[in-house]
Amino acid sequence: MANAIQVDDLVVHRGGKPVLRGISCAVASGTVTGLLGPSGSGKTTLMRAIVGVQKVRSGQVTVLGLPAGSPRLRRRIGYLTQDPSIYADLTVRENARYFASLYGTGRRAADQAVVDVGLGDAAKQLVSTLSGGQHARASLACALLAEPDLLVLDEPTVGQDPVLRHDLWQQFHALAATGTTLLVSSHVMDEASRCDRLLLLRDGGLLADDTPDELRRKTDTNDLEESFLRLILALRDQPVEVA
Amino acid sequence: MSLRITLRTTGRVLNQIRHDPRTIALILLVPSLLLVLLRYIFDSQPAIFDRIGLMMLGIFPFISMFLVTSIAMLRERTTGTLERMLTTPLHKLDLLLGYGIAFAVLAALQATVATSVAYHLLDLDTEGSLGTVMGIAIGDAVLGSAVGLFTSAFATSEFQAVQFMPVVVAPQILLCGLIWPREEMIGWLQAASDVLPLTYAVDALLEVSAHTDATDQMWRDVAIVVGATVVALLLGAATLRRRSG
Ligand SMILES: Nc1ncnc2c1ncn2[C@@H]1O[C@H](COP(=O)(O)OP(=O)(O)OP(=O)(O)O)[C@@H](O)[C@H]1O
Ligand SMILES: [Mg+2]
Repeated sequence: MANAIQVDDLVVHRGGKPVLRGISCAVASGTVTGLLGPSGSGKTTLMRAIVGVQKVRSGQVTVLGLPAGSPRLRRRIGYLTQDPSIYADLTVRENARYFASLYGTGRRAADQAVVDVGLGDAAKQLVSTLSGGQHARASLACALLAEPDLLVLDEPTVGQDPVLRHDLWQQFHALAATGTTLLVSSHVMDEASRCDRLLLLRDGGLLADDTPDELRRKTDTNDLEESFLRLILALRDQPVEVA
Repeated sequence: MSLRITLRTTGRVLNQIRHDPRTIALILLVPSLLLVLLRYIFDSQPAIFDRIGLMMLGIFPFISMFLVTSIAMLRERTTGTLERMLTTPLHKLDLLLGYGIAFAVLAALQATVATSVAYHLLDLDTEGSLGTVMGIAIGDAVLGSAVGLFTSAFATSEFQAVQFMPVVVAPQILLCGLIWPREEMIGWLQAASDVLPLTYAVDALLEVSAHTDATDQMWRDVAIVVGATVVALLLGAATLRRRSG
């Protein structure tokens, strides 16, 4: 299977400090890949490098066969930022329709995306009046309606209840079944177990790149949360190797 | 570039303003109220009001669109929508022109109200036509928007953005001939005035004031205002960086 994302020896510095220290990994097309790691480990930074908004110091990021940030990729990638980034002084529907017009996907797709994230009843509400979880979902709707080949979702389910999380993950898998590639960051372990493959970051380095089953096997436990704890704690007191 | 995306962006910006009726009211009414104030300050000197009031018709749209645009653009930067936009098929110029057209529409409404009040209620008198004055006022508004788009790149907070108004706008108002004729200023101030775009916006209005038909000098002034707008938009585009640290 072709790789939708190929990262080679990526080094990123932010605020004068190394944030990604020579990462290499690949994400296969049509899969759901989880990006996990402690807070501050560099998940958002890696995603920004993949969508082409992050200045990188060295290394290569290839997305759908093109260098990250290529103009031609812009209609093929959907990106959900960690902090909801939509217009607070527009309604949910107005936001969705505006984003749809950027991607050329039309009003119907926009209205459907709003329903898909469970905001059908709040479509006419101003975003500034939404609850935190609703706000995040409105932002997600605007990423989903891009109908892209690659969806990069930075903590798409944070602040959502278990039923909604379940629904959203079903949508993610339905999209993957149609050939869309998804890269999803998360802190929630039951979500990690729903991924085809997991990338585990720690302090800007790649600690693991495995399927959930492999990870459980390698760390000798059936509990993914426990796997992560073991992997990360095993290294906690050791200095981070700089690539 | 895509005309569709540009116009959708215009629609989006106008929609945002539509949800903020108080801002609309302020933009539409404040210039007229200030004109009323000026009219009575110069109650005994209608000729002065004809000159100052007319100049203000060009200066108001410049100031209000400068402020609205720089705050709007700053919000796009600080809320992350700008960065997100730049990962979509939207071209930088789609965004800038989208804003420019939206504020031109708003400026047209503002100019309609202000010129109507000035001519019909306050008896402002010019040789040239009201329509020409409105056209120039809209041009000044778009110039204000373009300059606001550009300068907002240098502000990282609303406090800073508002403070750019005295830095960028006040010198242009002082030097454009509003409070003292340019010809009577000392040489280096005249030279400074010569390179500031608002000078030409105001000069164009003074041409309308003195002549029934459009003069060559008025067209030259208008061309300079349009040229300055294009330069400000291009500089603004250069400040929209897709990648950041
Ligand atoms: N603009 C910035 N300037 C300087 N340092 C930054 C900047 N943005 C992020 N960092 C630093 O880079 C590191 C990685 O940040 P990043 O946002 O990628 O982490 P993350 O894994 O997404 O964390 P979280 O799970 O909390 O979202 C952190 O140490 C952070 O403090
Ligand atoms: Mg993050």
